[in-house]
Amino acid sequence: MDPSTDRIAHPWGGRTPYAPHEPWPVRVDTHLADGVRTGEVQRWVQAASLLHSDGDAMDIAVKDDRIVGVRGRAGDRVNHGRLGPKDLFGWQANASPDRLTRPLIRRQGRLVEVDWPTAMGAVVAQSKELLDEQGPGSIGFYTSGQLFLEEYYTLAVMARAGIGTNHLDGNTRLCTATAGEALKQSFGCDGQPGTYDDIDHADVIALFGHNIAETQPVQWMRMLDRLAGTEPPRLLCVDPRPTPVARAASIHLAPRSGTNVALLNALLHEIIRTGRTDPAFIAAHTVGYEELTENVKDCTPAWASSICDVPAARIGEAAELVGSAERLLSTVLQGVYQSHQATAAAVQINNLHLIRGMLGRPGAGVLQMNGQPTAQNTRECGANGDLPGFRNWENDEHVADLAEVWNVEPGSIPHYAPPTPAMQMFRYAEQGSIRMLWISGTNPAVSLPELSRMRSILAQDRLFVVTQDLFLTETAQLADVVLPAATWGEKTGTFTNADRTVHLSDKAVEPPGDSRPDLDIFLDYAARMGFRDKDGGPLVHWADPESAFEAWKHCSAGRPCDYTGLTYRQLRGSTGIQWPCNEQAPNGTARLYTHGITWAHPDVCESYGKDLITGAADSVVEYRSLNPDGKATIRPGEYLPPHEVPSEDYPFQLTTGRTLYHFHTRTKTGRVPQLNAAAPEVWVEISANDAVELRLDEGDLVEVATPRGAIRGRLRVTGIRPGLLFVPFHYGYWDTPGGYRPEADTTGRAANETTITDWDPVSKQPVFKTAAAKLTCIESSDGRVSPAPTTTASAPVEGSHLPPTSGGVPAHSTQEVDRETEVNG
Amino acid sequence: MNGIALILRVLRDGETELAEGLLATGQRHRAEHEIFHVSTDLAQWSREHAQRIAEAIEREDHARPEEASGPHSDLVPRSQNREPRPERACSQPALLLLRDLRDLHLGASANSLYWEMLAQAAQARTDTRLLSLVSACHPQTVRQMRWTNTMIKSLAPQLLTNL
Repeated sequence: MDPSTDRIAHPWGGRTPYAPHEPWPVRVDTHLADGVRTGEVQRWVQAASLLHSDGDAMDIAVKDDRIVGVRGRAGDRVNHGRLGPKDLFGWQANASPDRLTRPLIRRQGRLVEVDWPTAMGAVVAQSKELLDEQGPGSIGFYTSGQLFLEEYYTLAVMARAGIGTNHLDGNTRLCTATAGEALKQSFGCDGQPGTYDDIDHADVIALFGHNIAETQPVQWMRMLDRLAGTEPPRLLCVDPRPTPVARAASIHLAPRSGTNVALLNALLHEIIRTGRTDPAFIAAHTVGYEELTENVKDCTPAWASSICDVPAARIGEAAELVGSAERLLSTVLQGVYQSHQATAAAVQINNLHLIRGMLGRPGAGVLQMNGQPTAQNTRECGANGDLPGFRNWENDEHVADLAEVWNVEPGSIPHYAPPTPAMQMFRYAEQGSIRMLWISGTNPAVSLPELSRMRSILAQDRLFVVTQDLFLTETAQLADVVLPAATWGEKTGTFTNADRTVHLSDKAVEPPGDSRPDLDIFLDYAARMGFRDKDGGPLVHWADPESAFEAWKHCSAGRPCDYTGLTYRQLRGSTGIQWPCNEQAPNGTARLYTHGITWAHPDVCESYGKDLITGAADSVVEYRSLNPDGKATIRPGEYLPPHEVPSEDYPFQLTTGRTLYHFHTRTKTGRVPQLNAAAPEVWVEISANDAVELRLDEGDLVEVATPRGAIRGRLRVTGIRPGLLFVPFHYGYWDTPGGYRPEADTTGRAANETTITDWDPVSKQPVFKTAAAKLTCIESSDGRVSPAPTTTASAPVEGSHLPPTSGGVPAHSTQEVDRETEVNG
Repeated sequence: MNGIALILRVLRDGETELAEGLLATGQRHRAEHEIFHVSTDLAQWSREHAQRIAEAIEREDHARPEEASGPHSDLVPRSQNREPRPERACSQPALLLLRDLRDLHLGASANSLYWEMLAQAAQARTDTRLLSLVSACHPQTVRQMRWTNTMIKSLAPQLLTNL
């Protein structure tokens, strides 16, 4: 293997083939700043990646109190030493010259620098005034998928028991709400059933709306290594774009956007029709199989074919593939979660595993993924619209138990209605009933749908906006108070990836200027607000990351996400550890549900379930009668057409998504030279057929418009399904003259100028995949090419001869195969 | 006219009204995005119900032609004989939303009771065709009720404590 590789041009590096049931070989990836040699690194500080949900374990290289590079951790169970391009280069953003270093406050319309007491004094004064005037329902918190567990837990205690507000959610609502909801619907409780190790064992891997090559590149390296070894798994890819996964798949289905439920119902129909179910598993571990059979009895491949625009024969072949698997691993992401009928579709994937008995053993698993790294922590800690520790807000005993942990009266924890999801919080702010919104570590002015509406909400005089971030993001530019935060590498804490692996990330260097760890900011607020428990003691009684972690352990005790067996000391070891970790499982737990379904009993379940179409809550009485013994629930879902479909005025479907080289709204990755150069500008993808029909070419400047707004970008002609346009969602305005919006009289470049305000009624996750749009050519390419990467799903059609994406010398990183290190699984 | 034909007609009207009510509520509260989208989806259910009931009425009339023109609406008063309310009648949009959801809930509840009556009569007459109509449609009516109930439960705390 070439020890030095351009990891922009070759994002997944070299292959280390391996056979089924063998350990994945170790390959240590390292990137150090130009001119720094390994021997010059003064210390290596343990951390893990915050730039996608793998949580790749790495060590931060420090020299002269500066971060100078990263190296994958060879012994870690998640990545076996490998790092993705964002991991290798992303750390450079920490040292950007435009980091916020002092708090800002809006005076006469302008943000001016102040000291911490002034800034926090303003936030506290506003909070107290609103609590007096209008009560806790006037204050909302919108947080991130980027903070640490200790920070989410502190925020949850502060918001729910301190302020007493029901309005606390994370931007994980955009990325992982459906994953959590689908697990609750099927298993009664959140918690990933499978593990990444299932990739080592599966004979069929089905990826539903999951471009894992770009979203979790290190686990894609694992799949590529299996594909390169003996007895490779066969892949099923469901994606409308020609992703790297699609190119490697045995079967690629490219359905019309918004039709996942129809496709999945046809797969279920075929599996039932051909008798490929596991009757013993169904009888022992599930309820609801008859209802599913009834629901899909007419959902033939021919029926789905007309809805999905996929040949019926191919649907039959796909059913054959997943139906004949001996060890089936399914993974799911935004092509399902951000699409129409998100939860209904994700639940049908769980159903596929339940009726085939594909759970709880090596290779047989389902990974309902996350797009954000610490999304799992928002879910566990209750910073995402659930109660901490996967407690059920409708179960009085669970609320009483939580009240005991916090030493408060149960009545002081709002549980009269489901916690408010993010999109509804912004609606309340628009209406004026939420008057203060504290936004930490996220950028809704770029990431939420229908941006002109978002900007008008955030810019209202009557709404007091606090933002807490590293940079003056588009959102921060609209805030009343801006709090400068420390980030990864500048603070200590733990976080948990999509397969329940907990990692510790240590502080390597000091944060710039006066910026502070998010935990310190929350603790300062709690102290200034004087939040008390029922005996008059401090409600938030911890002072640093480790004591916050210990407090969380107490809250998690006896719950599915039990952390009681973990300590900081243990986590400073060679590998991450999967929860639950307690006395019974001191080394953690690889797979849930190895001996049946354990958290679905009516007395312990996190949710009594919801109607998959309307989102209406089922009652405890219904749940008890349907599922008295706490088995997995097979919930059918009928197909409904998407809410916005192409018309004469808007003839295309428009979908948005991620790219390998950027994370979220480019707050960090846009400030990293190698990553920014790989994908510097927004682009628009169109199919070769549509391009010919409209006489459009690579590089043409086009405008994509929907009833909400428009963007401009250069065209890339790809193998995407005809009738569909794709725009990456990462691009905003902080690096343009407009600052936080399109310049006057110009057209925007943020995909969310165009997206519809609509969300899945079950998980409340916004729909980013099914807008209807029109395309207009603004000027022809004149020899210019699109800035879209050639290495990813945006690869041009064959024969285009475009210059390949590369990073050159600055992107060279080393990769060393290591046959010595053993990985603790 | 026999009782089953009578209830079918009342229920056809009830489902038609509920479909219209759902669409009107969605339009009136377009900025309440979940209400707008879901009520539009659920209106489709009621429209299909009304269509299928109309077919059942035809079958009923065909089977008993002498009864087809008999009186009907006098016997069972229509439950949802409401005038559409002008938007201005309610000064607070939040209150208007809650009232519209309440009206939808009551409309769906009334329909649900009529479905119940039909189911009982169909069983008494061992009319399998009618029973299968009820078992196809009635669960969706119940789901419409649950949806309005859930929305009221979720929205009422914020809307009523911040007037």
